[in-house]
Amino acid sequence: MAKGKIVVDIDKCKGCELCITACRHGVIALAPAGRANVQGYRYLEVIHPERCTGCAMCAQMCPDAAITVWRESGKGKA
Amino acid sequence: MEMKIVAERTKLWADKPSPYCPGCGHGIVHRIVCELLEEMGLADNCVFMAPVGCSILAYTFLNVDVCQPAHGRTPAAATGIKRYRPDTFVVSYQGDGDLAAIGTAEIVHAASRGENITTVFVNNAIYGMTGGQMAPTTLPGQKATTCPDGRDVKAGMGYPIRVCELLRSLGGVAYLARTTVHDAAGAIQTKRAMRKAFETQVRGEGFSLVEVLSPCPVNWGMGSLEALRFVGENMTAYYPPGEFKVSGAEV
Repeated sequence: MAKGKIVVDIDKCKGCELCITACRHGVIALAPAGRANVQGYRYLEVIHPERCTGCAMCAQMCPDAAITVWRESGKGKA
Repeated sequence: MEMKIVAERTKLWADKPSPYCPGCGHGIVHRIVCELLEEMGLADNCVFMAPVGCSILAYTFLNVDVCQPAHGRTPAAATGIKRYRPDTFVVSYQGDGDLAAIGTAEIVHAASRGENITTVFVNNAIYGMTGGQMAPTTLPGQKATTCPDGRDVKAGMGYPIRVCELLRSLGGVAYLARTTVHDAAGAIQTKRAMRKAFETQVRGEGFSLVEVLSPCPVNWGMGSLEALRFVGENMTAYYPPGEFKVSGAEV
């Protein structure tokens, strides 16, 4: 069971990939080419939810505040 | 298993997409400012002073009071608000064209008077809103629409201005730091420095400024990841991150 969970607000995402550079666990990737959100951008998808540790580094880098992160309780807020 | 939220969109960020280009550092800096205003309980009593530049669009999606002065005059208008209502928390947000070019006189004198405001200075080494012209902070050799062969410091284009080093000697400056947002560690460091700057204003110690090195992938003609590398390798080499002044004393 993963220690963390992330949810992406797909329609706010602009596919800039900054979050992907911050994720060390390969949890997230851009959607396959040809799939776009309401803004016309390829958006972020969670491809390996089981690897998520809830470190919230992706959210630290998101310029669009589109990522919400949960972590197992017992650890402080990032 | 019980999970709790460790990161989410702040309530000061309206429920709509930000107006900035993909990969723009303004979004990260706006988010950090909003998170701090919320965490420190300053949001209800805050005036966000927007500059002329891309971040003029802050008022379209931030749920804070925003004032929009003339180009470069953000510190002057912030001075007026802070002096008339000293209980107001004033965040003066400026870009490099606004602060280091047309607004050089305003920022130098606001700093020298020790106005009790916090300036967030986003340095992306280019004029973003007007289409990628050379800014005072454009690196030597960096291309822009007005220096298509790269900035040539010997050909009358001058040297890039290091704003923190310029302001360091001024007596009114209480807190001065430079950070980057090219990686998550830098973003966390930026939040830490900005918290110190905000606390400096809350304590009434004087002028505080945090310079943030930020990517502008569209006007640099790069992909977002290439732009992050440019900030991490080229910009930090010319503009070394770190704290310059804390509580009025040089570090």
